[in-house]
Amino acid sequence: MEVRVNVTSVIQKTVGGQRELTAEGGTVAEVIDDIERRYPGFREQLVDDGGQLHRFVNVYLNDEDVRFLEGAETALSEGDELSILPALAGG
Amino acid sequence: MSEGAARQTGRTPAGSVLDRIGGTPLVDISVMSPNPEVRIYAKLEGENPTGSVKDRIAWWMVASAERDGRLEPGQTILEPTSGNTGISLAMIGRLRGYPVKVVMPDAVTRERVELLASFGAEILYSPGDLGTNGSVREAQRIHAGHPEWFMPFQYENEDNPRAHYDSTAPEIIEDLPDADVFVAGLGTGGTLTGVGRRLKEHNPAVRIVAAAPHPGDLVQGLRSLEEGYIPPVLDESVLDGRIVVDSATSFRLTRELTERTGIFAGVSSGAAVRAAQRAAERMRSGKVVCLLADSGWKYLSSGLWTQDYDDIEEDVSTTLWW
Repeated sequence: MEVRVNVTSVIQKTVGGQRELTAEGGTVAEVIDDIERRYPGFREQLVDDGGQLHRFVNVYLNDEDVRFLEGAETALSEGDELSILPALAGG
Repeated sequence: MSEGAARQTGRTPAGSVLDRIGGTPLVDISVMSPNPEVRIYAKLEGENPTGSVKDRIAWWMVASAERDGRLEPGQTILEPTSGNTGISLAMIGRLRGYPVKVVMPDAVTRERVELLASFGAEILYSPGDLGTNGSVREAQRIHAGHPEWFMPFQYENEDNPRAHYDSTAPEIIEDLPDADVFVAGLGTGGTLTGVGRRLKEHNPAVRIVAAAPHPGDLVQGLRSLEEGYIPPVLDESVLDGRIVVDSATSFRLTRELTERTGIFAGVSSGAAVRAAQRAAERMRSGKVVCLLADSGWKYLSSGLWTQDYDDIEEDVSTTLWW
């Protein structure tokens, strides 16, 4: 299953400065593992030892926050797009 | 004259503009709904005195601090903001006699700077590439050196969600008691938390959905994810979903809202409408309330309504919108 992954800001720095890359995986966790194989250190930026997403990172499947789906175990379909963004305030 | 217009004229004169905070209208914008069985209603927070929802929280935070003595006559107010909260505090500070200093990213529209100046506020800039997260840290640093100043700190102050629990939510319940979904933009999280708590007490089945801005390339200055920031006032347990919306979509829908409904609202409103549309797509039938946080006046210089998005995209990507 190939998906597009968009990254920004500090997370972009962990994948050699790219804004967008493709990755393989049937779930969010598998995609993170796939990117980790090419960019060691990527995974620890995003998830803790228990596989849970860090508080300060938000992962969106297309435009929906995966925390409100199945988290890192959220299933993906061919052509899906993941966006990985830092938590930001406004106001 | 319509019945609605007649109702407006029956009001007694207000003692000051502070008495005209809240009580904003709810307007049917179902023409924007992608599902004919789902109605969408917009709560027009641009009708507040300084043109944004932030008048509510600024007044609640100041009035509460006056009552319990945290804020004394003539005391300086310091606050980090992306603009609207600072403008509200500056207006209230003028009326109540408090000098106001705001810490704001240096990547905001010109109108915000001029409005703050109009109300006499002093602006201290933080680096735009750190977004509002950078303003929070800079204000905390300044406040540590000036503990005699009062910092309402909207990100931690429970009077922020309380303003919405006490005023915004009861207005929605009165105007539309059977709302199924409430959508608002995510900034401090105060609106979603306060309205969400009250609406869920009224009807536990109500769904609360946040619209979050996609930062694009703006916040390149963050050095680590630990510089991310989740405001303590945001109660994530109230949320049932979060939708991220990019600037291009926010701009397109803000403009479409004006063209199709006559509502002249700010940029975050396009994102809120997008999240409302996503909720409507998933419903069989029902009613969605979408809070439009401010009016469009502060965004005229962006060219949002008058220029093609492709022509202004570069400026859009370097400006902080909410």
